[in-house]
Amino acid sequence: MRIPGVGKAGEIAEEGLAGLEHNFITSNVEELVNWARMRSCWPATFGLACCAFEMMAAGAAHYDLARYGMEVFRASPRQADLMIVAGRVSQKMAPVLRQVYDQMMEPKWVISMGVCASSGGMFNNYAIVQGIDQVVPVDVYAPGCPPGPETLMHAILTLHEKIKTGELLKRRQVSGSGETASGAGIMVQQRDGQTAGLTIRS
Amino acid sequence: MSAERVMRRGGDSAVLRLSEAEANRIGADAADPDDDERVMLNMGPAHPSTHGVLRLMLELEGETVLRSKPVVGYLHTGMEKQGENLTYLQGCTNVTRMDYASPLFSELAFSLTTEKLLGVEVPERATWIRMLMCELNRISSHLLFLATNGIDLGAVSMMIYGWREREEVLRFFEKVTGLRMNHNYIRVGGVAADLPDGWRDDLRELLDLIGPRLDEYDVLMTGQPIWRERLQGVGAINADEALALSATGPLLRSTGYAWDLRRDDPYLAYDEVDFDVIVGTYGDCYDRYAIRLNEIRESMKIVEQVIEKMPGGDYRLQDKKITPPPRARIDESMEALIHHFKIFTEGFKVPRGEAYCAVESPRGELGVYIVSDGTGTPYRMRVRPPSFINIQTLPHLMSGGLIADGVAIISSVDPVLGEVDR
Amino acid sequence: MPELLEGVRYGVLASEVSSQVVLFVTAEEYFEAATAARNDGFDCLIDLTAVDYLSYPGARARPASVDCQRFEVVVQLINHRTRERLGLRVQVPADEPVAPSLFDLWPGSENLEREVFDMFGIEFAGHPDMSRVLMPEDWVGHPLRKDYSVGEIPVQFSPQSEPR
Repeated sequence: MRIPGVGKAGEIAEEGLAGLEHNFITSNVEELVNWARMRSCWPATFGLACCAFEMMAAGAAHYDLARYGMEVFRASPRQADLMIVAGRVSQKMAPVLRQVYDQMMEPKWVISMGVCASSGGMFNNYAIVQGIDQVVPVDVYAPGCPPGPETLMHAILTLHEKIKTGELLKRRQVSGSGETASGAGIMVQQRDGQTAGLTIRS
Repeated sequence: MSAERVMRRGGDSAVLRLSEAEANRIGADAADPDDDERVMLNMGPAHPSTHGVLRLMLELEGETVLRSKPVVGYLHTGMEKQGENLTYLQGCTNVTRMDYASPLFSELAFSLTTEKLLGVEVPERATWIRMLMCELNRISSHLLFLATNGIDLGAVSMMIYGWREREEVLRFFEKVTGLRMNHNYIRVGGVAADLPDGWRDDLRELLDLIGPRLDEYDVLMTGQPIWRERLQGVGAINADEALALSATGPLLRSTGYAWDLRRDDPYLAYDEVDFDVIVGTYGDCYDRYAIRLNEIRESMKIVEQVIEKMPGGDYRLQDKKITPPPRARIDESMEALIHHFKIFTEGFKVPRGEAYCAVESPRGELGVYIVSDGTGTPYRMRVRPPSFINIQTLPHLMSGGLIADGVAIISSVDPVLGEVDR
Repeated sequence: MPELLEGVRYGVLASEVSSQVVLFVTAEEYFEAATAARNDGFDCLIDLTAVDYLSYPGARARPASVDCQRFEVVVQLINHRTRERLGLRVQVPADEPVAPSLFDLWPGSENLEREVFDMFGIEFAGHPDMSRVLMPEDWVGHPLRKDYSVGEIPVQFSPQSEPR
């Protein structure tokens, strides 16, 4: 892996600072800031339903989100960069969702985890908001019911890629009304093999 | 013992009966000089220690909780209404998303009720597979409780350990059902698939792993002074109060009242296995923790017996009107193809009538009540939600205690909000 | 079809529905029968819900003496000592959906009755806090009534327009 403006990561690991091509770092601000943002993207806890369990499982020992610098789930939205909306959002919860989003500092990103958050899923009825993109702008949609930790990590890595290549000075068009809100709207593939379905042996 | 405390109606009740509008009005009049001691505090619904989206309105005097009101409905999914529009085959898919910590129990209750209406008996092997999977689910659910109870009290390592062991159980679930959660595995007429080859070895390995780990938890928490200090005597309730408030499950058993549907109203084949009903003495948070920890051991005992006694035979009813035909038959028989198509498009019809069946879920009595009008969808599908009823005890448990203990109390009742709100 | 049992229990004719003893009562008889059951050892109210029979096809399987109404409140009691379960079915008319609250007998009915009020619009007289529990307080309508639609948003499938 090549760190922008620094050199090959392997050389640094083996030889320490002496492995640097130069003893100083040159880069443009945009790349450096994006790199830093990508590496410490703290999620806000917004666990709602089943998906919240898979989100917590992703943060626990076996899947270990700490490798991406993301194990710090912040209880306060003021300290968070990323909102993972994990679960179905009811009509009663929707204003709370918007409030938590509004409390987050720019720059901020949203992952819509699971089909209920993305589209209402199997609950097409009076109680459930049919897709949280009606309330907040969504950057990455993760499919699955619930998406396994692998799928969530795939969504997170996709978001990291987007943050890394994003334009720093271009602010997202987000207003308070939610009408002009627009996220990146990337959809990722499911990675935990659940779509393969159950083989009924007979 | 008396239940007088929970029968009160007025201002001296622990339950804060206040509407949203009134609460806002109080907030606006906060400048009232006589009322500077009492503070209204809102906790949730986006709070890290309220197990999802539970919200509490607390009336505080300093650090002491006077009255409180659990505000629920933030995850209301309309599942009972949705259930009236889904066929009986789809019904399990719907209810399994209710209590997502123990999804198999909702599927079981739904299947048992539908089978009662249909008047069919499932094969013996299906019954034992159901029992095996439910007990494993009880283990995973209680491990989850230990993890969340740990982190709510600041024992972060317990959180990591609990999830680690749960992951092992989920691995077995994924092997059997294809999914880690929301399995839709227990279906009307049996289960979706037979156990995979080598399941006995997998389970023995699992039991060998979890047993010693539970002993580790004992060292880490059960005997540890800080843990006991935080939990003993906190959130106490007596048996009369628990019964008056319709509480079931570990919450009722913690008061010393031995009531477990597996023993007292046996379903599946629980009368053929040997296990103990764990009860507490003081009805406090510590008892509820200890009950769940030891229920894992009892469940392991049942799993061991199931491994020994698992009968052979079919894993689901071979009734072409209720269960799909074997996959191989579809290629050779036109009739099988038609049955397969009919079951998955319009489902099967259930005779008119009503039935209620209850199972002992990790949270208490989980029952399903179905009214059938003779068509392919239930006329009314009602789930008796143990968590929804158990959280009625929260104001009584918290009243007079410190706000810092509130988190321990919520955690010890172990509500799953998906099932509270449905 | 409910079978009539021999004898009267708590002043009401007892029937058997799906292997459970059930008492069919009117809203007037309800509280008295429940009090008698409470004094007889039914120490726990295990469930309280309702059914809206507005669109139920054909005649309901009820004993001939029962005057069927649109709503039926379904109560289930349990006697832990004898391990017996007892059902109560209360006929609640549509034009005056009111039934007495069981709060003074079993305070555990508080949330259950609130839920029935929220979902069916049946009021319980004497309840300490008759308010919505699951839906927002300003919600209009009672979702589990049969004349309340499920509220589906139609999903439109269109042919794939662009390569994915």
